[in-house]
Amino acid sequence: MSRPDSRPLRIALVGNPNTGKTTLFNRLTGSRQKIGNYPGVTVEKKYGAWQPGGRAATLVDLPGAYSLAASSPDERVALDFLTGHLDGEARPDAVVCVVDASNIVRHLFLASQVADLGLPMVIALNMSDAAGRAGIRIDAALLSRHLGVPVVPTVATKGEGIGALERAVLRAVDDRLLMAQVVWPEAVDRAVQYLAAGLEKEGVPPPGRGELRRILFDSRSAVLARAGWPPEADPQPLLSAARDILAAAGLQPVAAEALLRYEHIGHVTADAVRFPEKRRRTATERIDAVLTHRVWGLVIFVLLMLLVFQSIYAWAGPAMTLIENGVTAVQDTVAPWLAAWPAGQSLVVDGLVGGVGGVLVFLPQILVLFFFIALLEDTGYMARGAFLMDKMFGWCGLNGKSFVPMLSSYACAIPGVLATRTIEDPRARLTTILVSPLMSCSARLPVYVLMIGAFIEPRYGAAAAGAALLAAHLVGLAAAVPVAWGLNKFVLRTRPQPFLLEMPPYRRPLLRDVLWRLWERAREFLVRAGTVILAMTVLIWALVYFPRPAEVRARTVAELPPMNDPAAVERAVDAAYLEQSYLARAGRAVQPLFAPAGFDWKITVGVLASFPAREVIIATLGTIYGIGREVDEGSGDLRAALARDRWMHGRRAGQPVFTVPVALAVMVFFALCLQCGATVAVMAKEAGWRWALFGFVYMTALAWLGAVLTYQLGTRWLGG
Amino acid sequence: MNVAVISLAALRPGECGRVQSGESAHPATQRLLAMGLLPGTEITVVQVAPLGDPVEVEFRGVRLSLRKADAAAVRVETFPA
Repeated sequence: MSRPDSRPLRIALVGNPNTGKTTLFNRLTGSRQKIGNYPGVTVEKKYGAWQPGGRAATLVDLPGAYSLAASSPDERVALDFLTGHLDGEARPDAVVCVVDASNIVRHLFLASQVADLGLPMVIALNMSDAAGRAGIRIDAALLSRHLGVPVVPTVATKGEGIGALERAVLRAVDDRLLMAQVVWPEAVDRAVQYLAAGLEKEGVPPPGRGELRRILFDSRSAVLARAGWPPEADPQPLLSAARDILAAAGLQPVAAEALLRYEHIGHVTADAVRFPEKRRRTATERIDAVLTHRVWGLVIFVLLMLLVFQSIYAWAGPAMTLIENGVTAVQDTVAPWLAAWPAGQSLVVDGLVGGVGGVLVFLPQILVLFFFIALLEDTGYMARGAFLMDKMFGWCGLNGKSFVPMLSSYACAIPGVLATRTIEDPRARLTTILVSPLMSCSARLPVYVLMIGAFIEPRYGAAAAGAALLAAHLVGLAAAVPVAWGLNKFVLRTRPQPFLLEMPPYRRPLLRDVLWRLWERAREFLVRAGTVILAMTVLIWALVYFPRPAEVRARTVAELPPMNDPAAVERAVDAAYLEQSYLARAGRAVQPLFAPAGFDWKITVGVLASFPAREVIIATLGTIYGIGREVDEGSGDLRAALARDRWMHGRRAGQPVFTVPVALAVMVFFALCLQCGATVAVMAKEAGWRWALFGFVYMTALAWLGAVLTYQLGTRWLGG
Repeated sequence: MNVAVISLAALRPGECGRVQSGESAHPATQRLLAMGLLPGTEITVVQVAPLGDPVEVEFRGVRLSLRKADAAAVRVETFPA
């Protein structure tokens, strides 16, 4: 059967987690990949162009799954995609099932479920080098004969077997090679018949046999509702009766599928796979003896986290200085060109270049953090972290799997909220979604670095600065635990759900994959900096620059004592303009609300402007203080400007605006507040608008409370 | 006869057993079955997490972390090592 070459082939990549599926995907598609979302659900859709044997193809990387029982959204997407039930997604022409050669028996379980859906298939026997080293001998040709589909040994990390895989996929498509199915006992066929009849009686056109078996075997099947089962009708009587047919034949309904499939897999692998006689103590076991040790494991975990955050602070420093200097150089170059047009000069120099530059400066830190997250995930340590931490999370309704979304949220809550899809328990998942944005994302880092660099480091030293940075990152975590507990106790009332997590062997991470993820993250951040943040920057600049009536200048100059320094006059004029700008008016109107936290109107303005995207605070403060900046002194340093700022009026007139308690209150506010439009949107998509709004309201309230407490207690203990 | 049927949660680190059955109503059961923990499969408790829960078990060459509450759903026959 040949197809017209004009339509690209659609090939799906499926497999258990930890099979090297993503590495294989990167290897096959290279840089020609795109990331999107499936419509209706926020499971990440990764697809890329691929040219097996010169034919045009789209390779779709489906989320990792242990089975098609669809007990998590990830597995549901895999099932829906393969059955052609995902909106706008045609059924694939073939499936590449990625199997870890060392775990071939267990991983063929998923392959055998996919085979049930009647799609041409190729088995990629990945990491076959590691299996060989462990003494596992697999006769791929014999296995291929038993299974009826090509079985191709691959080593994705080294690019081995890629050519053979490409040829095999074309062969599977062209010859419609289907994997040998389980020979089902008569009772299973009878139960499936019974289900089909029951569906028809309810007016539901029965799906294929493979999908009917999913309805039969899965305790809460997603297939039933999708097939058109009326939501008001209770399917339990029909399902129970069908399962009774299995029970009457001596097949335990829950275990029947696994027993029959594993029996089948046992047959096909019996002569094709040989396991070593004696198990050797693996490197993973030796490493785990230390890394999950009851004392050393925890010590190392804490030290590792400490190292990560110290590195963000230390490693990114030089690159940040470089970017800062670059921004200043651009400003100095551009400013003279626009000297004839003051408003335009201010827009470009202070608004565009200053604002975006001030955000760009944090790119190095984001990269350092994502470097560590990629390393933790790719080495397999992330699962150990979950193992060590589960007890700490479990009692408050989260679980060890919450650790991964929560740690990811330390970079950005958006991938973190998306990562909650791996949590099967819907309530633990909702709780994790609601508390993940409390984790200190990298967009908060600028605020911490600014405040610590300006007020903690100069006064208490570098060690205190590192400790303060770590503490800032722990504030959200410390709040998350009671919040999660309260949510479960009073709002959701969770029943504990199972927590099963595979501990993959430790692996050497592949630099290519790590760099690829860094690039994805950097691109995302730069696009954001170029769009949302740029737009906000211009808006805020305008709100700061306007209105600009001439009489303000005239009055200010007239009120000044006679002086010969034109720069000082300009400074006074700029300050006067700033004081009556639109943003200052808004900030002053809201400021009483933030007065108990020690915020002046400028900080209040920064807080208000940061609700769409919190990193805007830096651009905002940069614009506010930059406008009053002495250009010839070249002091683009925001830290110095903050430290110089004094209260203009009131009982604290002449005292510094920023004291240590104020700086800490600002940090706590930003640590706890949900100032990110994109995160709110993702939460809404994952959990509905009601919960997104709930998250926004509780976090804003918590942030205010936290900032007020910090300031009030701080002034008491540390003094103003 | 040294065989005793106990819950998986009652096995101590280093001890092993053979799965007899899983509680069919328990939500962990179907997932464990899919991962290859079938009646008759040998399972070893590798270690308990430093904070007392979860436990790490090994079967069919896979290492899995699961809570004691979930391990309690699995009945195992112990046999002298």
